[in-house]
Amino acid sequence: MRNKHATQLIFELSTTGRNGVVLPECDVPTRDVDQLVPASLLQSDCPPLPEVTEPEVIRHFTNLSTLNMSVDTHFYPLGSCTMKYNPKRNERIAGWDGFAQLHPYQSESSLQGMLRLLSELQQMLGEISGLPAVSLQPAAGAHGELAALMVASAFFKQRGENRTKVLAPDSAHGTNPASARMAGFDFITIRSQADGRVDLEHLKENLGDETAVFMITNPSTLGLFDDQVQRIADLVHEVGGLIYLDGANMNAILGVTRPGDFGADMMHYNPHKTFSGPHGGGGPGAGPICVTETLRPYLPSPTVSFCNESKTYYLDEGSEDSIGRVRSFFGNVGVLVRAYCYIRTHGPDGLKRVSETAVLNANYLLSRVKEFLDIPHGDRCMHEFVASAAPVKEATGLKQPAMDIAKRLLDYGFHPPTVYFPLTVPEGLMMEPTETESKQTLDAFADTLRTIVQETAETLHHAPHTTIIRRPDEVMAARKPMVKWTENAD
Amino acid sequence: MPYTYNTPAQQEEMLQAIGADSVDQLFDVIPDSMKLDRPLNIPPALGELELTSHMQELARQNTNITENTCFLGAGSYDHFVPAVVDTLAARGEFYTSYTPYQPEVSQGNLQVMFEYQTLICQLTGMDVSNASLYDGGSAAVEAMLMAISITRRNSKIIVLESVHPEYRQIIKTYFATIGTKVVTVSDASDLQSVLDQSTAAVLVQSPNFFGGIEDIQTVAEQVHEAGALLVCSIDPISLGLLKRPGDAGVDIVVAEGQSLGTPLLYGGPYLGIMACREEFVRRLPGRLAGQTVDEDGKRCWVLTLQTREQHIRREKATSNICTNQGLFALRAAIYLSVMGPTGMRDVATLCLQKAHYAQQKLTQLDRFESIGDQPFFKEFVIRDKQNDIAGLLRKAADFNLLAGVDLGRWYPQLEDCLLVAVTEKRTIHEIDQLVEVLGS
Repeated sequence: MRNKHATQLIFELSTTGRNGVVLPECDVPTRDVDQLVPASLLQSDCPPLPEVTEPEVIRHFTNLSTLNMSVDTHFYPLGSCTMKYNPKRNERIAGWDGFAQLHPYQSESSLQGMLRLLSELQQMLGEISGLPAVSLQPAAGAHGELAALMVASAFFKQRGENRTKVLAPDSAHGTNPASARMAGFDFITIRSQADGRVDLEHLKENLGDETAVFMITNPSTLGLFDDQVQRIADLVHEVGGLIYLDGANMNAILGVTRPGDFGADMMHYNPHKTFSGPHGGGGPGAGPICVTETLRPYLPSPTVSFCNESKTYYLDEGSEDSIGRVRSFFGNVGVLVRAYCYIRTHGPDGLKRVSETAVLNANYLLSRVKEFLDIPHGDRCMHEFVASAAPVKEATGLKQPAMDIAKRLLDYGFHPPTVYFPLTVPEGLMMEPTETESKQTLDAFADTLRTIVQETAETLHHAPHTTIIRRPDEVMAARKPMVKWTENAD
Repeated sequence: MPYTYNTPAQQEEMLQAIGADSVDQLFDVIPDSMKLDRPLNIPPALGELELTSHMQELARQNTNITENTCFLGAGSYDHFVPAVVDTLAARGEFYTSYTPYQPEVSQGNLQVMFEYQTLICQLTGMDVSNASLYDGGSAAVEAMLMAISITRRNSKIIVLESVHPEYRQIIKTYFATIGTKVVTVSDASDLQSVLDQSTAAVLVQSPNFFGGIEDIQTVAEQVHEAGALLVCSIDPISLGLLKRPGDAGVDIVVAEGQSLGTPLLYGGPYLGIMACREEFVRRLPGRLAGQTVDEDGKRCWVLTLQTREQHIRREKATSNICTNQGLFALRAAIYLSVMGPTGMRDVATLCLQKAHYAQQKLTQLDRFESIGDQPFFKEFVIRDKQNDIAGLLRKAADFNLLAGVDLGRWYPQLEDCLLVAVTEKRTIHEIDQLVEVLGS
């Protein structure tokens, strides 16, 4: 339960002379510090951190936690983020000493269990994607995109081809263009048709000798499976380009179809979404990438391999053509251990059921929501759909009804959908219920939404009414950024 | 199917509402030619009990540092983690929430980010910290990219050879793609010969990969004279004692934040720390929490300066980064809060004293000698006159000692050298045992 008195910053709780930890006495013979390090390299004072006790720290952060909505406490249909239940057994196992207390530079012989796990995960991710060559190293989805585009760049360089352009539809995640730029490519936006699928004519106009990669999210951010994907892949391959699949929406197609089977050459997974590593308040995630055999030599190194002679697993530094490292050590292993547990507890049938249930839940929610909101892209969807609050705009005169509805949902105890994304839908509300929600929850959410769209403009515009804060002034925050606490600032 | 609720009867009701005959029909939009016509070839499902025993079997095949004594470092350190860190970070409201796009129901995470940013500024002496990046290595490369964008010099950057070899490899990967020249110099005294008006930035690590403390202030003066920026990768634990980079003229500080309350985790997830001078705030990659007021004038926190970020700026963003390491920034914030000024001073002092004790004892043995005379913090290099590092490591392992990191793996000229890290957790008994075993 929220403690109304707990409104201070940790710095405001500080009292000179308090501390939260007692360290052991030094048990080795000591020398004066300035005999060991020249005084010019030393700091004269202790770092000016807050001085608080252990109970104060516990109460402070525990109270802060109660100010968050989370999957453990609320329905969280945040589109494109796959906020599914995070199994507790996986959390516990990942924390065991045998996985958590391993140093990255231990000998391979002392890590055979870990290396076996990672090797099996590589194989399973390769099988699920239909793209057999896997690197687990990227630290997040966006990092995986960047690494894969670097793989493409190295591949073309090796072949002596100067390909400078990366293309993606207008509904793509913002990370796609940003990653393309970081990998040194020019970026071109391809239009979507009114039905949400890629505009093939516009694509064709922009394909040529300079095309490096077409990035596609399929199912798209509109929750639609683009059945032209094979045709798109053929067109891109004909001009010598590669297809990258943004795997953010893999939760819709596990065991149903595989990117490698519909023409993708490269993809990333978001194991923190699809395989239920928790989102951690915004990270960590992981961003393993899978590519075709042709592209394997260019993958980031190291990967894990098995030596048939010695029957041991080892870190494989890969070929001369590898793009090299994109992250220190092996990557976000803790997230990968959870993903491994998740896949092993589901098996082939379970994973397929995950997608079937996610798609059933999304379609059911769509069938309820279409009674009172526009669904610009039809009656069916995959794992998510985008509703439009444009009719509410007409009815109420509200300038930003999607935002107002989102804020009003907070009053009713629901986390809102993703709003104003993708940019192609006016007043968009992107809803992804995931497979771990019950019909009762979906009904309650839909009933609430129906109530909300019938409320007065006044009620909506001033929502939320019951949260601890209401509509913070983001303009002021950006105009005069105050990004740290300073004494006497208030 | 362990985590879905709906009964067959409910599914039937849902299908009826949708107007579909079967779940399969919902997938009709996928052409049959693209559908997988067989089950995935992965192992069959395990129940919770079976998973647990399978994972126990895998865990048993790993040597963990709880049952062994760890003198391994090289960017990943066995520091003490107070119980409060694990307790608080295990709260579902923290680890099962997501990016605070709705500030009204994310004040917990936003305030944590704001406190984390402040704590990092207090520790480093820098003006502004972001809400974290992936890890120390990618933070280093992001800082170099940021320096290029600030200085508008994209032809050359300089990196010291004493920067973590894996960080240098990451930099090589990123810059090979975009075509900026990466010049590596063996130490700070060689900087003058390569620094010029085309240099965007210099990357120095202190304490460096070999444990040595660099004279950052002198390097900063040199670098600034050429109009370039100084990026410094630091060990946050060392700042309990060492001069803060913000007081030594550093422009952008990066660090691996694992030492601040995160276990070794076989290398990740970790925490990429990045802090800079005020004037560069709009060039920072990654998330930032900022203070503001709500409609009722109440103090609160929001994500701010989002116009730098990919979801708004797309190809013009400062970086493609879309997440921070929220849970590990939380761990660092809790760690720094509970340690406080004296705790950080004590940890750093214990590391320094114990490392010096161990170094002295080891180099008193006939078999080993130290290399160089740079002051060091918690890590040092010893040369094995018998040039058998592999043999030494094997022998130590027989006594459950992880004796150090073999430097030959990255530096052929140091193939007879061992990098030994000594944290506050090592006792005199453990250090003496290491000395005894390596000397026998």
